[in-house]
Amino acid sequence: MIVAALAFYLFAGIVIAAATMTILSKNPVHSVLWLILAFFNAAGLFVLLGAEFLAMILAIVYVGAVAVLFLFVVMMLDVDFARLRAGFARYLPFGISLAVVLLAELLLVLGSGGVHVAPAVAAAPVMPGMTNIQALGALIYTRYVFIFQAAGMVLLTAMIGAIVLTHRQRPGIRKQKVADQIARTPATSIATVAAPVGEGVTL
Amino acid sequence: MIALQTLYASVHLASVETILAAGVLVLLMIGVFRGDRSLVPLTWGTVALLVLAGIHLPIVPAHGATAFGGLYIGDAFSTFFKVIILAGAAVSMVLALPYLREAATGRFEYPILLTLSALGMCLMVSAGDLLTLYVGLELQSLAAYVLAAFHRNEPRSSEAGLKYFVLGALASGILLYGISLVYGFTGTTSFTALHGLVRGTGLADLGTLIGLVFILSGIAFKVSAVPFHMWTPDVYEGAPTPVAAFFAGAPKAAAMAMLLRVAVGAFGGMAADWQQIVTFVSIASMLLGAVGAIGQGNVKRLLAYSSINNVGFALIGLAAATREGLTGVVFYMAVYVVMTLGSFLAVLAMRTADGRPVETMASLAGLSRSRPGLAAAFAVFMFSLAGIPPLLGFWPKFSVFQAAIDAHLYTLAIVGVLASVVSAFYYLRVIMTLYFAEPAPAFAPAESRTNTVLLGAAAIFCSPVGMLAITPLVAAAGRAAASLL
Repeated sequence: MIVAALAFYLFAGIVIAAATMTILSKNPVHSVLWLILAFFNAAGLFVLLGAEFLAMILAIVYVGAVAVLFLFVVMMLDVDFARLRAGFARYLPFGISLAVVLLAELLLVLGSGGVHVAPAVAAAPVMPGMTNIQALGALIYTRYVFIFQAAGMVLLTAMIGAIVLTHRQRPGIRKQKVADQIARTPATSIATVAAPVGEGVTL
Repeated sequence: MIALQTLYASVHLASVETILAAGVLVLLMIGVFRGDRSLVPLTWGTVALLVLAGIHLPIVPAHGATAFGGLYIGDAFSTFFKVIILAGAAVSMVLALPYLREAATGRFEYPILLTLSALGMCLMVSAGDLLTLYVGLELQSLAAYVLAAFHRNEPRSSEAGLKYFVLGALASGILLYGISLVYGFTGTTSFTALHGLVRGTGLADLGTLIGLVFILSGIAFKVSAVPFHMWTPDVYEGAPTPVAAFFAGAPKAAAMAMLLRVAVGAFGGMAADWQQIVTFVSIASMLLGAVGAIGQGNVKRLLAYSSINNVGFALIGLAAATREGLTGVVFYMAVYVVMTLGSFLAVLAMRTADGRPVETMASLAGLSRSRPGLAAAFAVFMFSLAGIPPLLGFWPKFSVFQAAIDAHLYTLAIVGVLASVVSAFYYLRVIMTLYFAEPAPAFAPAESRTNTVLLGAAAIFCSPVGMLAITPLVAAAGRAAASLL
């Protein structure tokens, strides 16, 4: 038990520290790297809760795709971060007042004894002897196979749409023609020129 | 675990979706390999696919059947709307052919995206679970966003696509938030379970109600009901005309069907709560649709306001929440789709002598002298949309008003009649322009015989001859409504 508690405080501490560094670091690329660290440790917290699937999603989707996309954006776009940060001091009171309102609301909810949610009529009870990844897999491919397939059609539509909206045939593009390259012979591509001394050669 | 046999039975019940999904993949492959020159054969192939799917509509028992563990419902209601959806999609596909060839954006993806959208709509009307509903809606909307921006080189079309996408994504988010609230407070997303919970245990919890409000807002966006209508005029105006015709037809009927299914099928126990919302939305849509259209100089924008107005009228039947009211809505949507598709077919015929499409009201002036047939068809649609008695458009209006009066919703009925008088003003203004104004330059002659035939068929359906269709239509609509209750 003590190990779990230690692990929790370790992960939680790193998440908070990394999140703080994300907003404090001067270099936006460093910010993204700190964010990735925060994601990994949040995934660790999910593992502690027994939600391996969410942990994996966090690592694969958020770190693998979203954060890398962020990295691309900050590296490729010429965003003037100094200018973005210019109003920091000016907007600080506003930001702090928002934070105070949120904190007050949180305390209000906690103080009133929490939210009452109807006891879940668990549509998908956890099966004994199964990890939640197995349980999800067993449901997705049986009970929800219809939705799974329909979601596949949605993704196909998105793909077709992306191609329709962006793919265009531009004239004058020079493509590599492998067959032509292989078919070249010395006779067609080498010219032997007797170069006179002291003069250039025009090919 | 679903045994193989139940899976087979489920697939059999969902044969329309199965055929559409498999067929669209095959057609997509043909298109990918043969390129844009396959647009015409692909279009007719897709029409054949939709007809095939229509033939395979399953015979459903009177009280409907469920498949995939309740995720999917096949009943008279879904069958009725699937016929509308398949027919609407097929017509929208065919009427686009001359336009796409003219505009030199004859990309083969057009029929493919339309079919995917139709597949999404079939899922929407057959949804037995909020999950199916959402996935179907996303499939339909995603294809629609792309279609709106299909002329991506035209700023207007790109703008329409972007606007539709951003607002649509917001609406989807609102809908999803509502779904998550409902799931959180009731513990289920299944319509049957919700119907039992919301009615049985009196769990008309505040949280569920808030969730329902969000869900209704999301759906109201899809049917373009006020106050979620802002996108409609801009998208209809900017999108290519055949795409606007498609938007105004089948997707609206499908979204309305989805609204009926959610309101009555899932949250029937909360009728007293959502009736207020539907009443407000209905009144607002009727009034705004009627007043907003008055100053429009663009025919497509006018038709957009007309569609907002018509959705308001259809919602009167839902506000009544009786069997007669629901029958009225179903009947209304069937007639509305024909009237709208007909009007857009007429708009498609509006091309200047050198073949460029025009959309201004001014160009319609004196059309009766240069193209008497087209002007007559236009006039029939306008009279029908206005709900002038002998024409077909009058009867569904009459049936929803009747239902509202039977349900003692006198305010709603009175506002409806007033709004219909106001809207008659702008429909009649179109007719006045067509027949009594100084002639504008004549349009180019009709280029597609298919479109002319479709236009004629729609006009005949909306004319008094269409009254022959009322009895079977109302009977089918009545069966559909009964299977919902």
